[in-house]
Amino acid sequence: MMEPTNTGDPEFYHRVVDCQWACPAHTDVPGYIRLISQGRFDDAYLLNRQSNVFPGVLGRVCDRPCEPACRRGRVDGDPVAICRLKRVAADLAGDVRDRLPRAGESNGKRVVCVGAGPASLTVANDLVPLGYEVTILERFPRAGGLMRTNIPEFRLPAAVLDDEIAMITEMGVSVKVGHEVGSLAALLAEGYDAVFVGSGAPKPKDLVLPGRDEEIGESHIHLGIEWLEAVAFGHVTSIGERVLIIGVGNTAMDCCRTSLRLGGTEIKVMARRPRDYFKASPWELVDAEEEGVEIVVNHAPRRFVVEEGRLTGVEFDVLTWDEAARHSEVLETIVIPCDDVVIAVGQENAFPWIERDLGLEFTEWDTPVVDAETFSSTRPGVFFGGDAALGPKNIIWAVAHGHEAALSIDLYCRGEALTPRPEATMTLTSQQMGMSEWSYHNDYNPSPRQQMSHVPLAERFRELSREVELGFDPEQTAREVQRCLNCDVQTGFRADLCIECDACLDVCPVQCLSIVANGSEEEVRARLRAPSGQPDEPLYVSDGLPQTGRVMVKDENVCVHCGLCAERCPTAAWDMVLFDRESPFSRGTQFIPLSRVSKRVEEVRA
Amino acid sequence: MPSIAKPRIPLAPLVHNELGLTIRDYEGAMSTLCAGCGHDSVTAAISLAFFELSIRPRDIAKLSGIGCSSKTPTYFINGAHGFNSAHGRMAAIATGAVAAHRGLHYIGVSGDGDSLSIGLGHLSHAIRRNIDMTYIIENNGVYGLTKGQVSPSADVGSRPKKGDPNVVPPIDPMELGLAIGATFLARGFSGDKDQLVPLIKAAVAHRGFALLDVISPCVSFNDHEGSTKSYRFFREHEVHEIEADYVPQRAEIRSKISADSARAVTMHDGSVMYFRALPEGYDPTNRLTVESYLAERKAAGEVPTGLLYVKENAPDLHDMSGTIAQPLVEVSHRDLCPGSEALAQLQRAFR
Repeated sequence: MMEPTNTGDPEFYHRVVDCQWACPAHTDVPGYIRLISQGRFDDAYLLNRQSNVFPGVLGRVCDRPCEPACRRGRVDGDPVAICRLKRVAADLAGDVRDRLPRAGESNGKRVVCVGAGPASLTVANDLVPLGYEVTILERFPRAGGLMRTNIPEFRLPAAVLDDEIAMITEMGVSVKVGHEVGSLAALLAEGYDAVFVGSGAPKPKDLVLPGRDEEIGESHIHLGIEWLEAVAFGHVTSIGERVLIIGVGNTAMDCCRTSLRLGGTEIKVMARRPRDYFKASPWELVDAEEEGVEIVVNHAPRRFVVEEGRLTGVEFDVLTWDEAARHSEVLETIVIPCDDVVIAVGQENAFPWIERDLGLEFTEWDTPVVDAETFSSTRPGVFFGGDAALGPKNIIWAVAHGHEAALSIDLYCRGEALTPRPEATMTLTSQQMGMSEWSYHNDYNPSPRQQMSHVPLAERFRELSREVELGFDPEQTAREVQRCLNCDVQTGFRADLCIECDACLDVCPVQCLSIVANGSEEEVRARLRAPSGQPDEPLYVSDGLPQTGRVMVKDENVCVHCGLCAERCPTAAWDMVLFDRESPFSRGTQFIPLSRVSKRVEEVRA
Repeated sequence: MPSIAKPRIPLAPLVHNELGLTIRDYEGAMSTLCAGCGHDSVTAAISLAFFELSIRPRDIAKLSGIGCSSKTPTYFINGAHGFNSAHGRMAAIATGAVAAHRGLHYIGVSGDGDSLSIGLGHLSHAIRRNIDMTYIIENNGVYGLTKGQVSPSADVGSRPKKGDPNVVPPIDPMELGLAIGATFLARGFSGDKDQLVPLIKAAVAHRGFALLDVISPCVSFNDHEGSTKSYRFFREHEVHEIEADYVPQRAEIRSKISADSARAVTMHDGSVMYFRALPEGYDPTNRLTVESYLAERKAAGEVPTGLLYVKENAPDLHDMSGTIAQPLVEVSHRDLCPGSEALAQLQRAFR
């Protein structure tokens, strides 16, 4: 017999909101999309910022784990353009500074963060409102970490990044730039109450092949992230005409497109494996190819060809792979001529500045042992986050780590245990406004996913900082927001009110409801009216129904949250309820509601 | 009135029938009946039955009279022919339609008021003539559209929402049908589609007049304590003894009811109706045993559901009238109306 689903546990409804569940920072995606649809861009921006801290940045360059998860993709094949809409909120929000969290009254605790990337900035963002004094140490001349050094300006304008970093630092964070930390022991000696290491994964992997070490005068072999850093700070302003990029991750995509803007005309990205096995996000590949970059598959580099002290090309084995791309055979060996090579085959974290006798354990791969839940190292009071913690990931993961680490730091500084972790809470609110009237737009809108417009190719390469993506226009925005299925407006059911009239079953457009005899999960699934497309998705199972003892079962998989079940229910056993999740870390990150701001303004006037 | 029409979802996991259609192709407009109305559930059962039978919507004619029930043909099979007639006149209109076009599947939807009060005469004669149609009475024991007066099917002692309990004995359409020679009598419940859908499919396959009495509670005016046609009362007093499943002639046999110890009745087109868990000695083709069984159960305060009586291969209207096999609508006007000379010749033959 299946047990009744416990909808009192916030995790059940949270899981139904696929995008929010998939987002490491659990951004309230449907919530901010509805705010955009209402033209409330400030609120949309602030709601976003509450969990992901950098809406303007992430609205451009997020890795978007939410989109493959989006239920809309299972309904018409294309997920909602969540990332694009995030940028809309950032583009159209006005000055929201009077509604941002403020520094709390000092609690006398001092926290230092190593590296001014997204993880450290998130830690500061969460701790300063609670009264902590936060210092960030950054080796580069400007804050931002990889958002500054590794993402080219044509994808992420510096002004956007500066603005969102300033929103954090203006609360009263001391950012010391040009400050390279050489010793953790020395830092610990400065008496901080907690240390957070958010130093990223700054060490590029090299490609040690014959010819790599030869003296070729001015180097024409570059390491991806180092080269991007040099471009970001203006130390490199040109490159040869023919450039080979080795590697096919997202860094490689940034390198090839940057090359086009520094004088490159014939750019090839060289991949060992077939296209299905690339690490780069599909849309980054598309954007690079649109700019004329050639992506060459099944080429494994063998050696750098150096003639008379000059790099003239790279020799490759041309491979053929078996079906699963596990085993390859060499077909032939060719030399592809070039002027420059950029090696973009990965990066790793490196901690030469951490002494190994501080009680801080390292793994066999020379990375610190970090608890994936608390982000604490094995030395109490020292925490890690972002790429420095668990290896290279994406900005949104660094933000999520920052939130968890800040929570741990707060617990630690208050002398409380780091586990069990504080749990999320939820608020459920009926959305019924009257007979067949809902507070949200419940109709299914068949619009296709809107496509981003780009600056014409001819204009794109004139200056490095020219942003390629133009953002959604108002019409695109209006269409795209209506594609969202409002998965956070949940179908709440009360078994005791049900009279088993079947009205909800009959009206459901996706047949996701069934009233069946209870049994094992396998039996219940076999009795559902529509076969479940995704057996991993949990079923909602009600208590026994009063008249027959059967159970109401809902397969959450493809529910479009249209509310028709609740409209056709004669006893209000069904209701559409808004699920509002509050993360444990949100104590300090909540923005000031508009009502309180305007009241303050009125008080000032009086 | 629902806020939106039931949306069409492109990738919804819908099955297709033999014609390549989905259940959505057998639906109609959004219902404007009260939320929770039993009639909406009957509507869904009709859609499902025709979908599963793989009958083309354009080969279906839906007819109705006046009342809440008679609104429902709008809510199923958009692509079918339709006629919404005057109060109680659906059976008469259907008789004409069946006479003119024997090539369609006729489904009439009526209520206890429309059929057992103003339309009782037309219903009786349609039964006698064995018109080839499915006639569904959505029976809720109340005049819902005029706010809850008792109807001719209300049981003695049943309490309306307002006023005194009913004292006038009801007309039971099943007993009426037996008395005047109906060839297919079944009772179902809107809240039990597992039973109702096979019954509708069998009724459609039956050649002749198939009368389905479907208890279909009125949530607004007859679903309260004291009513004998409420969801709760019916679930407590229904006797699900005559379980039946319909197996169409050509489809793979996937009976929900095991064929062991079941009694099979072959329909005229070769389809099979399986009965199981029958009371001892019950024979759904023997009018006398059915009559006494129904009277017994009624005395015990129970309402038996399922296919109660069936008589296959009884002559229908066309057999009795000796009409040609070709639907009359398809006969050319010249042949159908051969002119005044032919008429005069016919009349002379009778002199």
